[in-house]
Amino acid sequence: MSLEAETGGEPAMTHVLSRRNILSAAMGVAGAAVVERASADSLADVPERGPGNPLTATSERSEFVHIARLPESTPGIRHVDPSRAINSKAPLDKLVGTITPADLHYERSHAGVPEIDPAKHRLLVHGMVQKNLVLTMDDILAMPSISRIAFLECTGNGWENWKSAPSDVTVQNTHGLISTNEWTGVPLSFLVDLVGVDPASTWMLAEGGDGSAVARSIPLTDEILSEGILAHGQNGEPLRPAHGFPLRLFLPGFEGNLNIKWLRRLKFGTRPFMTRWETARYTQLQADGSARQFQLHQDVNSVITSPSGMMEIRLGYTRITGLAWSGHGRIVRVEISTDGAKTWRDAVISAPALPKAQTRFQADWVWDGAPTKIVSRSTDEKGNVQPDRASFIAARNTNALFHKKKIDAAGKVRNVLA
Amino acid sequence: MSWPKALSLGALALVFATGASAYDFGRPATQAEIKLWDIDVSPDGTGLPEGRGDVARGRDVYNDNCAACHGDKGQGGFADRLQGGQGSLASDHPVKTVGSFWPYATTLFDYVRRAMPYPEPQSLSDDDTYAVVAYILNMNGIIPANATIDRSTLPSVKMPNRDGFVPDEEFRVIHNSRQK
Repeated sequence: MSLEAETGGEPAMTHVLSRRNILSAAMGVAGAAVVERASADSLADVPERGPGNPLTATSERSEFVHIARLPESTPGIRHVDPSRAINSKAPLDKLVGTITPADLHYERSHAGVPEIDPAKHRLLVHGMVQKNLVLTMDDILAMPSISRIAFLECTGNGWENWKSAPSDVTVQNTHGLISTNEWTGVPLSFLVDLVGVDPASTWMLAEGGDGSAVARSIPLTDEILSEGILAHGQNGEPLRPAHGFPLRLFLPGFEGNLNIKWLRRLKFGTRPFMTRWETARYTQLQADGSARQFQLHQDVNSVITSPSGMMEIRLGYTRITGLAWSGHGRIVRVEISTDGAKTWRDAVISAPALPKAQTRFQADWVWDGAPTKIVSRSTDEKGNVQPDRASFIAARNTNALFHKKKIDAAGKVRNVLA
Repeated sequence: MSWPKALSLGALALVFATGASAYDFGRPATQAEIKLWDIDVSPDGTGLPEGRGDVARGRDVYNDNCAACHGDKGQGGFADRLQGGQGSLASDHPVKTVGSFWPYATTLFDYVRRAMPYPEPQSLSDDDTYAVVAYILNMNGIIPANATIDRSTLPSVKMPNRDGFVPDEEFRVIHNSRQK
């Protein structure tokens, strides 16, 4: 509903306009709407068929589809020149299914995106190993590979809601630092065997080829040793530069920063290396002034992507849909509340519900026109249940994973805190 | 055993179980080239290079290379504040700086050397890196104005928040099935 129609008090007109204006409202804020719908009142108004455009080497999106990432700076600084952005958020409110197109996969980079010639790229593997090795990309591409569909999430995802809930933001603003791709590459375990890592080694330093040489200490747990991938492909093609071309570490279920992009060094040792990114950053300050360190698993979470912030809904039927995920395994249950977390019912989980991958859920809802709040709650196969905001703040002090939507009597949907 | 041969036999699991020879992929890394890339510095000082730097020299290095982004004396710039904030971590407005938050002085050396100055990382000499680290520690009152630091003294610098970090239980002691 446009503001004019809403205040003009013409119900019939409001009803007719509502759907188109849902989209224009989203467009005005996020800079893009999914699809412009033709207003064809009868089949005779649908445009005639005819010869189409020439076939091309790569296929572009429809000119009627406007979908893009959103470059942003630190929390609360939402509109920045892309040259000053430190991350770029995925348009969760406009994506369908569970796989994120590679060009829309969220990005967090610490010193820009290096353009690396794979012919000149090298991976050094050294430290507590039998053989210190230099590997070329040809070497790596010749090794056995596996593929895994899994999510990647920035540790800071949700930061827009940590302290407060701006009412003028979309789910892209609040939760756009997560995506799901199929990642292809060499099992970490293959490399570990290849270089003969000393069984006494318990930590591995992974270092990138970017300007800040981002480096993280990786604990060599069985989970990481068995699931880690030296990834060179995403969604069936070589990595995009923004995501680490030609080589990155991929650790399903672990915080995004560990998944070192432009990977060029692995060093095996027995202690964490205490880099800047695991001391000054990616630690969580508690109320008592101490900080939690090596909070490496991404916990169970979910978010309603439609209806979500800055959308509008109509009286009557609305389909609620969203995404749930857990760094601990498969999502087995998602519950929905449409009365502000007073009562809950199960949403339908859409196949495939893969472990450590974003999982689509849906629920039917008939909105009676009264202002309300809608909220989701997910559970993973290990029995972890997404906490509400009060419990989460009590446990962790700063964060807020719940993403509740407030719906006013006019059908406008706004981001609020649960 | 070569990988292609194993693949032709369909023996993927066998290869994974037995491991491949180091001669199948890549080439041995020489000690000289490892030294070129082996830039990490641990809290016990492992990885610190030869060389030394004092606070006075560090002030010049800072003003020439750092002040434009981090501001005069480590605050007021658009980049991270480096100075102050001690005693603020448990307040409603914690100020996390090198002086108030960073647990290890060695991490400061590591980070400055690997990532700063932002437009031209790894361009400072080791002596100048020691010097600017000394200056940043001094501006936080951690070492005196006449201090000189080197590979033997830097690891013994006690940072105010050294004991402020609590690692998650799961990653305090690492166990895996490769261990004997």
